[in-house]
Amino acid sequence: MLRSSPHLPVEARVSRIMLRVCLALIPGILCYSWFFGWGVISNVLIAAGTALLAETLMLLWRKRPLKKHLLDGSALITGLLLGLSIPPYAPWWLLVFGASFALIFGKHLYGGLGYNPFNPAMLGFVVLLIAFPAEMSTWVNPQLELDSPRLSAYTQGRVGLTELDGLTAATPLDHVKTELSRQRTVDEARQSLPPGPIASYAWDWINLAFLLGGLWMLWNRTIRWQIPFGLLGGLGLCAGVFWLADADLHPGLLHHWFSGATMLGAFFIATDPVSASTTPRGRIYYGLGIGILIYLIRSFGGYPDAVAFAVLLMNICVPLIDHYTPTRTYGSGRGQH
Amino acid sequence: MFGLFKSGRSGQSGFHGGLTLPGHKLHGEAGRIRPAPLPDKVILPLSQHIGAPTRALVKVGERVLRGQLIADSDSFIAAPVHASISGTVVEIAPCAVPHASGLAAMAIVIESDHADEGLPTPDWPATEDPFSLDAQTLRERVRRAGLVGLGGAAFPSSVKLNPGSSANVNTLILNGIECEPYISCDAALMQEHADAVIAGAELIRRVLGAQECLIGLEDNAPEAAAALRQAINQADYGDIEIRVVPTRYPQGGEKQLIQALTGKEVPREGLPLDIGIVVHNVGTVAAIWRAIRYAQPLISRIVTVNGPGIRQPQNLEVRLGTPVAELIAHCGGYTQTPRLIMGGPMMGFALSSDAVPVVKATNCILVEVAQAEPADTTLPCIRCGECVDVCPANLLPQQLYWQARAKAFDKAQELDLFDCIECGCCAQVCPSNIPLVQYYRYAKTEIYQAEKEKRKADIARNRHEFRQQRLEAEAREKEEARRRKREALKQKKQTPAAAPASAKTTPANDAIAAAIAKAKAEKARRLAQEPASAASAQPDAISAAIAKAQAQKAQRLAADSGKADPAARTDQVAAAIAKARAARTASATAEAAADPVAPGAAAKRKADRASTTTDPVAAAIAKARAAKQAASASGDTAEAVAPAGPAAGKQDAVAAAIAQAKAARKPTPESASKPHAKTPDPVAAAIAKAKAAKAAREKPS
Repeated sequence: MLRSSPHLPVEARVSRIMLRVCLALIPGILCYSWFFGWGVISNVLIAAGTALLAETLMLLWRKRPLKKHLLDGSALITGLLLGLSIPPYAPWWLLVFGASFALIFGKHLYGGLGYNPFNPAMLGFVVLLIAFPAEMSTWVNPQLELDSPRLSAYTQGRVGLTELDGLTAATPLDHVKTELSRQRTVDEARQSLPPGPIASYAWDWINLAFLLGGLWMLWNRTIRWQIPFGLLGGLGLCAGVFWLADADLHPGLLHHWFSGATMLGAFFIATDPVSASTTPRGRIYYGLGIGILIYLIRSFGGYPDAVAFAVLLMNICVPLIDHYTPTRTYGSGRGQH
Repeated sequence: MFGLFKSGRSGQSGFHGGLTLPGHKLHGEAGRIRPAPLPDKVILPLSQHIGAPTRALVKVGERVLRGQLIADSDSFIAAPVHASISGTVVEIAPCAVPHASGLAAMAIVIESDHADEGLPTPDWPATEDPFSLDAQTLRERVRRAGLVGLGGAAFPSSVKLNPGSSANVNTLILNGIECEPYISCDAALMQEHADAVIAGAELIRRVLGAQECLIGLEDNAPEAAAALRQAINQADYGDIEIRVVPTRYPQGGEKQLIQALTGKEVPREGLPLDIGIVVHNVGTVAAIWRAIRYAQPLISRIVTVNGPGIRQPQNLEVRLGTPVAELIAHCGGYTQTPRLIMGGPMMGFALSSDAVPVVKATNCILVEVAQAEPADTTLPCIRCGECVDVCPANLLPQQLYWQARAKAFDKAQELDLFDCIECGCCAQVCPSNIPLVQYYRYAKTEIYQAEKEKRKADIARNRHEFRQQRLEAEAREKEEARRRKREALKQKKQTPAAAPASAKTTPANDAIAAAIAKAKAEKARRLAQEPASAASAQPDAISAAIAKAQAQKAQRLAADSGKADPAARTDQVAAAIAKARAARTASATAEAAADPVAPGAAAKRKADRASTTTDPVAAAIAKARAAKQAASASGDTAEAVAPAGPAAGKQDAVAAAIAQAKAARKPTPESASKPHAKTPDPVAAAIAKAKAAKAAREKPS
């Protein structure tokens, strides 16, 4: 049988794309663990390991070629992203449960790579957030000395949350939200936060590190600009408008951009191509939608951070967005470009 | 600001998307044009162009001379074939020919007598000053020289030299862009025969009445640009401008080239002519010049033999019909087990063997090294959208792929599947290594197939409906006859004194009945004028049969005139195009194989478009019917030809086809009254028929 054109050799590069994403995560992971300690690494390792194991088992069960799909790297990234989203030092069973859920229910039951309508990592994250709200909102205080014995006992699942008394602190997003609900102004709330160069201690550095990795991916065209810019634009626009309306009640743009999972979400999570919009214009709307939803949920919803919910909600809208944002075929419609 | 981030593949000037591919071109001395040795035998396929195949004019055993016309066609869109060597015709039979389908096709095989003896006098005279010839003569000679687009599309050149009286050509563009890797035959030609290119350009510019002439070149052929500049400076033709654009694939595609050079886009369902542009390949232009100036028919062309699997890659001047194997042998043979591709690596097609001949459209024989079929590295689509960024037609290849895969062909068409030029950029960048273009070809073929079947079903349905109507009409007539009979009987009972009479014809000698009959005849006459009333008064079966025969004859005549008329008119182009379109729709499947970047393909796609867009089915059916009716002037379908006759007589043959189709769409009850028409004039017959039918309808009431 004669093959048809094109005849130039083509290399499958999915694994290369995925590898680049992993490399781009490194500065963020390093910075994150600089502030929070080994809990970040343990999170990432447990989640990624579980993800790869779950992927292997599912591939075996579905009788798919193992090597080809394991090497595509997508499972690894799902694990990494989930591990980074969950509070450091999380008990192992939490990570194992989340990662297996993400891979099995979020990915393989939909048909595996390329067929999942939802971002698997975020699906796993949201299931954990709803099922184990206490564990999922316990963050160690990055300013304190590491109390490794207690933390490792917690991670190993030998002790419960109560043993972590005095080691934890609210995240800046959580703190400001709580303070605002107590009729304090933004300024008052921020004064009680440990300061950082942009927004608040630790989190602005972590966000900057993820931003760095994201810009590197933009530069080497691993990702496209539309989704991150749409997301940061949507979030920034909302934050700006509300901040201008009443700066006492609404923290500004920098607080939102450099807190929580904003940069990780903008460059690494929302840009998952499988579950995102595929048309150039559609990607902008997709990003904008996520940005706006993040702001709305953070400000008026019940959760301090909202990247996972916003991403999943916009995943639902992807077919609609794609349908209404076609490209302009050569020679049709309005003149040039 | 956003433009900054659009850079890379899509933000460059000119057309959207595209790729930068490694060139692998033959430059300098390596790329010089060398004559290939005369072949021992040539295989000349009867169809080396887009359009109707030619008919062999020679017989097996006949001796032919170089340049002798050996096959021709009456069709307007066709190009004759000439013997490329002198020798004996040894075979006229299906042979392996270069075609994407890999199917055999009729070809004339000539065995060389090694004399290479030319015709004593050429078919048309060489012309010292070609610029003195009028356009009609030029077109005629270009056609007789068998010239087709040499860029790969092989659309008959004479057709493209005839933009029609209404067209307004502003710009002639010469396509000197060989965007595919490895191919350098045009670059070599421009470098070594720049004067022929420039002179040909000026000749064509004058024929078309274009104000300006642009020659598009990529920046990877600086020697060609320099040679052309020098030729322009030496000649004093003026308005010929060289535009060098950055190398990017598929810039050599007609639409992309136009966009890159002028910034204009060819309308989706249109031709470059619609925006005042005509594009010719530089090789074609030089060949046109040679044909006019030196009376040389198209019997050779420049072919690049290149690729990692050939020992001595080079550009060769090759006699048409030369088997590829002889070229390979001349180039030192294969280095390893070869994989042969005709054309470039992006859009060429694989050859099944090296026994196939070089044809008019062969610009390159690419010798790749055969590799063991790699393990299946295809991964699922991850919707990354890289294909969207590189698509020169600005489609959504990824969504097209999903729809084609899901066999949702209607959705694929909504996504403008037929605007895909199959350039292969998407497949080239796909990180999952999905053979995207194959999916698009598959979808296109399936759609063509479905349309063909639908057309068949429509014809069958029409026949059925027509039969139903005929049966109903017959039943009505019987009922009518019975009613009259009853009436007659009734009257007979009432007036037993009256003489018996045939119930079917005139009622009786009875005064009342006579009055009724008279009134009826009067009414009929009022309604239907002469022929119709005569018909209604003519109950005799024999005369009806005669009338029927006459009417049929009249319709056959009308159909014939409808067929022959436009072809006899001065404006043959429109007619020919219409015919070609009709024919093409009939054999739509063949199109999947044709080169889509081709200029001819644009015309072709225009026809397709009509059959695929908003009201695709109706248009396609209409065309199919038009074609069918033109072919068969008997039976039910001939009915429609008669009214269409006058329209076909007009110069606009397309309108005729539409009219025919429309007429065909409503095979009305009128046809039941067909036998009554008597006049030989088809128009009058049609009018009469209609009127008769009306009369017939109104009578029973």
